[in-house]
Amino acid sequence: MRHVLIVCRQNTNEDEVLNMTEKLHAFVDAIKEKNADWVVEVTEGHGEVTVIVPASAIVDVCTFLKHKHDFDLLADLCGGDRGPEEDPRFEVNYHLFSTVHHQRLRLKVLLAEDAASVGTVSDIWRTANWHERETYDLVGVKFEGHPDLRRILLPSDFDGHALRKDYPLRGYEPYSLN
Amino acid sequence: MATAVDNFYSASEVLDKPLESEMTLSMGPQHPSTHGVLRLDLRLDGELVVGCIPDIGYLHTGMEKLFEYKKYQQGIVITDRMDYLNPLGNNLAYVMAAEKLLDLEIPERAQVIRVLMCELQRIASHMVWLGTHCLDIGAMSVFFYCFRQREKILNMIESASGGRMTPSYFRIGGLMMDLPAGFENRCRQFLEDFPEALNTFDTLVTGNTIWQSRTKGIGIISKEDAIDWGLTGPSLRGSGVDLDLRRDNPYTGYETYDFEVPVEHDGDVWARFRVRMRELTESYKIVRQALDRLKPGPIKADAPKVVLPDRDDMRKHMDSLIHHFLIVAEGFNVPPGEVYHAIEASKGELGVYMKSNGGPKPERVHFRGPSFVNLAALPLMSEGEMVADVVAIIGSLDIVLGEIDR
Repeated sequence: MRHVLIVCRQNTNEDEVLNMTEKLHAFVDAIKEKNADWVVEVTEGHGEVTVIVPASAIVDVCTFLKHKHDFDLLADLCGGDRGPEEDPRFEVNYHLFSTVHHQRLRLKVLLAEDAASVGTVSDIWRTANWHERETYDLVGVKFEGHPDLRRILLPSDFDGHALRKDYPLRGYEPYSLN
Repeated sequence: MATAVDNFYSASEVLDKPLESEMTLSMGPQHPSTHGVLRLDLRLDGELVVGCIPDIGYLHTGMEKLFEYKKYQQGIVITDRMDYLNPLGNNLAYVMAAEKLLDLEIPERAQVIRVLMCELQRIASHMVWLGTHCLDIGAMSVFFYCFRQREKILNMIESASGGRMTPSYFRIGGLMMDLPAGFENRCRQFLEDFPEALNTFDTLVTGNTIWQSRTKGIGIISKEDAIDWGLTGPSLRGSGVDLDLRRDNPYTGYETYDFEVPVEHDGDVWARFRVRMRELTESYKIVRQALDRLKPGPIKADAPKVVLPDRDDMRKHMDSLIHHFLIVAEGFNVPPGEVYHAIEASKGELGVYMKSNGGPKPERVHFRGPSFVNLAALPLMSEGEMVADVVAIIGSLDIVLGEIDR
C-alpha cells in the first residue's frame, strides 16, 4: 500500500537532522563559552534548537551572534502569553537566520508579568522595529530603548492587549472608530 | 478619523502650506495603488518625498487570536484569508508546521501535488503583481493579459479544491482530495500556452523604454540594508543576495527539482521586476517537472487519528467512522512543543511559529508575513524619490494587506 515515503522534515534523513542540530549546538556552545550566564536552558525538538536567554542578556547575545556567527537576518520576532497563572507569564521568541550558512536558531526570553519589558534589538536588526511594535501592541511586552514604540495594528486608543489569554476573543465591547 | 490622526508621530504636525514649506500628504487608505488599505503619511517638499510613515492595521481581524480558539484543522481556512493572492502557500506553511509537530510522513504523490499547486499559485500571484504594478505605473492593457493567465490557474485550482481564492486544499497529513480527472491535461495545456504569454509580457513591458525609465534607478536598497531590514524573497534577490528557501532550506522535496534562483544586483524597482519575471520561468519549469513526476499513490498520510478517513472506508469500517467522528467533534491532540517553519512564498519568507500545549487547539500561532517585513523598508526606499515613484516602489514590493494586518 505504502509507496516511497519521504519524511516531512527539512532534511530527509536522520543523520542530516542530527548533523544540523549538531551545528546548532556549536553556536550554543559558542555562546556558553563567551559567557556562561547567557544561557539558562537549551531545548531541542523537531530539528530546532531553542536557547532560553535571560532578559538582561538578550541584546548582548544577539549582538554576539550577529557579528561573530553571521546571524545577519532576524527572520521573526514574536511574543506569546503563556497564561495568567503561569510564572513567568510572557515569552518573546527571536528567530535568527543566516544568509551565509542558512541555519536557524531560536532565542527565547521569559518575562514575569510585573516586569514585562526587555531591551530592544531594533538597533541590531532594523527589521525588529515593526516586529517589536506588533509584540507590544498584541501581547503588551515593552521594549526598552525602542525608537518608536506605538501600537501598529490596533488603533492607539484601543484598550488592553488582544493576544493575552485573559483577553476575550470578542473583546469587552463592540469597538467602533469614531 | 481620530485613530488615524493619533497614529501620527507626536512630534510631527500636519503641515498644510505647500507653497511655503513642506507639506504632509495622507496617501490612502482608499488609494488603489496602495494595493488595499495601506495609508502613508508622506512629508513632501514639492514633489520630493522627505518622510514616509506607513500606517497599517485597517484590515486587522485578529486572525492570530482566532487560531487559538480553533482546532488545528479549522485553522487552515483562516490562513487562506491572509495572503489572499497566495493562499496555497499559506496553507502549506501552516500544515507543514503542524505536521512537524506531529512528526507525520507525507506520501510522495501528495508532496508532488503540493509543489505543483504551489508553483501554479506562485505564477498566479506574480500575474496579479505584474498586472497591478503596470496598472499603477500607467500601462493599462498588461493587466488584462495577466488576468487571463491567472484565470486559467484559478480555474485549475477550483477544479481541484472547489475554491478559487480560498482553496484550503492542503490538509494536515496530505491533501483534501486527489486531483480531478483531466487535471493533468488542463495543466499541460496551460504550460503549452504560457511561454507565449511570457513573450507577450516581455514585448509589452520589459522592452518598453517608458517602463524602463520609470523603474531603473528608483527605490534603491543596498544588499546590507536589505538584509538588515529583513527583506526576503524577490525583493531581497533584487538586491543581489542569493537566497531562496526552496534551495537553501528545502521542504516538500524542492531539493530534487531542477531550477535556478534568479538574482539581480541593482536593488532598484527594475531589478525586483526582473527577478520576478525570471521567477515565472523557473516556476514554469518546476510545474513541468512536477507534472512528469505524478504517479498514482496515496495522498494522505497513514495516521488514522489525524487524517480524515475516506468516505468509502467510513461506510465499511467501524474504526474509520469512530476516527472520523473524533477528529471532527473533538479534534486531534498535538504533542507539546514549538516549531518555526518557513517556506518561500511568492513574496518572500513565510514563517509559521506554532506552539502546542498538547491539546486539540494551538496555544500560539504566529505568521511572519513577508509583506509585513518588506513594507517596513518602504520609508528607506522612498525617501528622496518623487511621489509618483512611491507608487512604483510599493508595486515592486508586492505587498498584500491581508497578510500585513492579519
